[in-house]
Amino acid sequence: MNRTLSTLILAALLVFLIGPFLIIVGASLSAGDTLAFPPQGLSLKWIAKVFTVESFRDSFIMSMILAVGGTFVALLLGVPAAYALSRYKLPFGEIVNTIVTLPIIVPGIIVGLALLRYLVVPFSFSIGVALFLAHTALVLPYTVRVVSSSFNNLRSDMEEAAVLLGATRLGAFFKVVLPNIQSGILAAFILGFVTSFNQVPVSLFLSGPGVRTLPIDMLSYMETTYDPSVAALSALLALMSIGIVFLAERFLGFSRYV
Amino acid sequence: MSDRAFLSLENLTLSYGNSIAVDKFNLDIRKGELVAFLGPSGCGKTTTMRSIAGLLTPTAGRITLDGTDITRVSANKRNVGLVFQSYALFPHLTVYENVAFGLRLKRMSDADIDARVTAGIKSVGLSALSGRKPTELSGGQQQRVALARSMVMEPKVLLLDEPLSNLDARLRVEMRAELQRVQKETGVTMIFVTHDQAEALSLADRIVVMREGLIEQVGTPEEIYNNPASSFVADFVGFENVFALRGGKLATPGGAVALAEALPGDAAGLAWRPSGVALETGPFKGTVKSVSFTGNLREYLLETPLGPITAEVGAALPVHALGAELAFDLPLKAAAPLQRFA
Repeated sequence: MNRTLSTLILAALLVFLIGPFLIIVGASLSAGDTLAFPPQGLSLKWIAKVFTVESFRDSFIMSMILAVGGTFVALLLGVPAAYALSRYKLPFGEIVNTIVTLPIIVPGIIVGLALLRYLVVPFSFSIGVALFLAHTALVLPYTVRVVSSSFNNLRSDMEEAAVLLGATRLGAFFKVVLPNIQSGILAAFILGFVTSFNQVPVSLFLSGPGVRTLPIDMLSYMETTYDPSVAALSALLALMSIGIVFLAERFLGFSRYV
Repeated sequence: MSDRAFLSLENLTLSYGNSIAVDKFNLDIRKGELVAFLGPSGCGKTTTMRSIAGLLTPTAGRITLDGTDITRVSANKRNVGLVFQSYALFPHLTVYENVAFGLRLKRMSDADIDARVTAGIKSVGLSALSGRKPTELSGGQQQRVALARSMVMEPKVLLLDEPLSNLDARLRVEMRAELQRVQKETGVTMIFVTHDQAEALSLADRIVVMREGLIEQVGTPEEIYNNPASSFVADFVGFENVFALRGGKLATPGGAVALAEALPGDAAGLAWRPSGVALETGPFKGTVKSVSFTGNLREYLLETPLGPITAEVGAALPVHALGAELAFDLPLKAAAPLQRFA
């Protein structure tokens, strides 16, 4: 009885988690001209079409720049911040910790509106710069949190040992601390990359003529053209994410950090 | 020369906010001496050690090493080695690279580094494991690596934080011998911190007993063991029966008790080891509350008008059952007179 129930719950869970993905993959393989499931016949033509749509290519590059560049900058800021938060008793450490986790809780749509109203409009930032800043800010909390847990697992006496052997504090950080949190940094990078790449609400507010991220571009494409190429693109992106997370789990034990 | 202080701590004081961790600590250590800081946790021994290393900055006072005031010298320029309780090896480096770490920062030639690292690893008997990572070593082996890593730097002082406490009994004997060998061969001045009196007694030339940031007594292991200066030290080194003296009488929970013999007038207290209590004879009576067999000896806990008394007799003697009434005596010749009672 109990066993049947838990099997049912598990099955329902899998259907809800994997079902949409299977529908998208199915729809993308359709031979018909409209987005539909079950697919009308089988063909790869929509997957091929994805690569010929110019705006997809541009927005993909934009998304990659934001995801890679934004996460990189977020790490540059987040790693020292996480280090300070885990090593020192800062006067406002607890508050900073809370603030750092806020963007995870605050709906993206609010962040987007706020950035638009108080950054882009008054300072006339270009859309590209605003998007970059927004994505960096969005990813920062994730990097701080993931890297913090790496620091917390690393005993501070290792740095003291390095200092007593003649290293400076900074030298100890680069020679002893950094090599031992590499996998945490990589995990933070992957999480940040995926978060930024999939980001819709904030980007929605900050996208402008000629500058948009891939998810936003897909939305606007669907408004005008209701063909399966969006499904094909979604399936490709999902596969990319699965591939990244699979490799990360395989080589880093990603799930330890997230 | 050898009598001159090599490492000297003058009025060393460290406080955190309102609490004082170390209070006006004064100590001179000779070159090549092996000194133990002994005390319970929170007594300030680790704080003192860390300030010698330069990991903590004293609130007041002065540290002089080899004729130089190092109070404000940063930790990486003091040439003081520290073997951490956790060993603090670098997990991403091999044994060889761990030991080479400090030398590489010194801009020595590769050949010189290799010679010293190889010799250092060999001296702790780990030549076969020099390519391993720390996680592939046992705790005892990790500690040897930590020791070699500090010693290849030829430190002026080697500090050790609880060097034997993480080891099992057999390794403890080995490491004790290892530390004595290192000290004999290199003549390095060593200070180690411990809460274990047996560890301090067996290894040190001189013991500094600390309590709540203050030095309670400084002396050789024999002095500390046989002539504890205070009730605290007596208790710490195994005098389980400690009494204050007031007006020539023992102050006990059951009131003042006079001994048959005349008591020394200037002592503040008297202490007896369990082995110093005479059983089955004497003017006092007690009830057996517990008996424990410890190999050669049998230890009795007695409930008496003088408070609980712990006594130890040869295990070959007849056993007294729980609840039995026993006569006992506190012979003055077995007592250690205490200068301070607190």
